Amino acid sequence: MSLLAVKGLKIHYGGIQAVRGIDLEVEEGELVCLIGANGAGKSSTLKGIVGLEPHTGEVRYAGASLRGRPTHRIAAAGVALVPEGRGIFPRLTVAENLAMGAYTRRDQAAVRADLDHVYDLFPRLLERRQQTAGLLSGGEQQMLAIGRALMSRPRLLLLDEPSMGLAPLMVQKIYETIQRVAREGVTILLVEQNAHLALKVSSRGYVMESGAITLSGPSAELAADPQVRAAYLGESI
Amino acid sequence: MPVIKFFRQRPQLTLLLLAVLLAVLPFLVGAGLGKSWIRVLDFALLYVLLALGLNIVVGYAGLLDLGYIAFYALGAYLYAWLASPHFGLHLPFWAVLPIGALLAGLFGVLLGAPTLRLRGDYLAIVTLGFGEIIRIFMNNLNAPVNITNGPQGMNLIDPIAFGDFTFKGTHHFFGIAFSSAHLYYYLFLGFVLLAMLIALRLQDSRIGRAWAAIREDEVAAAAMGINTRNVKLLAFAMGATFGGLAGGLFAAFQGFISPESFGLMESIMILCMIVLGGMGNIPGVILGAVLLTVLPEALRYLGDAQRALLGHVALDPADLRMLLFGVALILMMLFRPEGLLPSRRRQRELHPEDGPGEQASLYDSRG
Repeated sequence: MSLLAVKGLKIHYGGIQAVRGIDLEVEEGELVCLIGANGAGKSSTLKGIVGLEPHTGEVRYAGASLRGRPTHRIAAAGVALVPEGRGIFPRLTVAENLAMGAYTRRDQAAVRADLDHVYDLFPRLLERRQQTAGLLSGGEQQMLAIGRALMSRPRLLLLDEPSMGLAPLMVQKIYETIQRVAREGVTILLVEQNAHLALKVSSRGYVMESGAITLSGPSAELAADPQVRAAYLGESI
Repeated sequence: MPVIKFFRQRPQLTLLLLAVLLAVLPFLVGAGLGKSWIRVLDFALLYVLLALGLNIVVGYAGLLDLGYIAFYALGAYLYAWLASPHFGLHLPFWAVLPIGALLAGLFGVLLGAPTLRLRGDYLAIVTLGFGEIIRIFMNNLNAPVNITNGPQGMNLIDPIAFGDFTFKGTHHFFGIAFSSAHLYYYLFLGFVLLAMLIALRLQDSRIGRAWAAIREDEVAAAAMGINTRNVKLLAFAMGATFGGLAGGLFAAFQGFISPESFGLMESIMILCMIVLGGMGNIPGVILGAVLLTVLPEALRYLGDAQRALLGHVALDPADLRMLLFGVALILMMLFRPEGLLPSRRRQRELHPEDGPGEQASLYDSRG
């Protein structure tokens, strides 16, 4: 049984069909990527999964349907979304942002351990923990968004374009951390425009185009696919 | 400043001095400025109560509410219905005040529920409409059944009374004369202290953190597992409860209420108090409320001054008041947008350059 199973997911905004009935599965412990151009419907898919966008079709998480479940209950069940544009709380400090990640948790001792773990993953956040999050650099904000998501001790981590708008060196750092988090056993669904990177770190991938999944398979195969190479990896055929 | 430092280092002494000052304040003010100023003081406390309530909605949860005065009106009218000759009911205040606060809280939820998806400007417009609806109802519910007595308002409302001891007239204790205004001062002060305590506790609570999160980013807040719907409704309800309580106290204190007291300008005035003082910060909110209650009264002297100088009143102080308010608010937005006494958080955001005090704590123990 997959940890996450999406069947026939459809989302539309007014008359525009953003997601046209896609199927997608993520097994426990996997790092799966969903790549595609801007506007392909990747972010909408993530929002649909966590109940932030009204949708039709079925989303099953850990065997149970998420139909009609509000976002906060899906989050409490162990699904953490790092939203597009990071969605940090700009006027709260770094430490307060991280504390918000553990909002639903009551196990204070374990929360402290996880906080140490996040600071260990991102020493930069420890240095800046009393700073207002809005004043962090883009890369630091992305670290904070991921760290905050990890504070909920998620079973499934949904990352929406973690490389967006970041300097190459910072992207590399963020990706190293994503791989480390995956190795530590967190299941990850990674949405990216940067297909090259996403296919490098993931084991399987889906390619999305105008709201539909056009290709899927092991990441190595996708990276070798001439169509993918032409469309997303910037190579001519 | 050395004076501030002196008091900072002696919190107990400061608290004691403050308590003594608050205890004798009405006598000082009465002797120094005249008896009418004790009533101004009473009103200042009522506005502090209102501002603390609105601060929960606007300052903590970030929901711009322009119809807050409606809850004040509901509390006041409920008090008048249950404790005046209008319906012949004379329930004691300790029964009426909680009912009024609860009714206002219920209306807070009623207002909040349909506006859950609205933010910013849209929410402001709907709440503004709600405030006006309540006022217009009060203005027109005198026919076919006379519920509110319309624009004439309701009078002969019972004062606060403990058994036979009523807050009307002057009482003597230990040879000191306590007028009605003195008695209400102490009563209101008690409620303000209670409200402060509740507001402070709320700010640092789990629910307070949830409010901060939805104020900052509602989508992210939901993704953190916060039930944004309930948390927002709770902010509306809590704020409205404060408003309803203040309304009941107002009715008892004045003995007379009419729809005129609950106009849009009042809502805006309370919002100005929290913006001027420092949104989200309790001392700031209190300062704002006191300043904006006392200043207009002080401006009345401008009329007297004009009469003495020119022989007539060239500029009506009431008009001048709005002009000066406008200028003051514009100056505030230009030079001190975080308010007079901002919360540390807002200060950090608007003046990031002067935060060296934070550096020292960066490397101390984790978490």
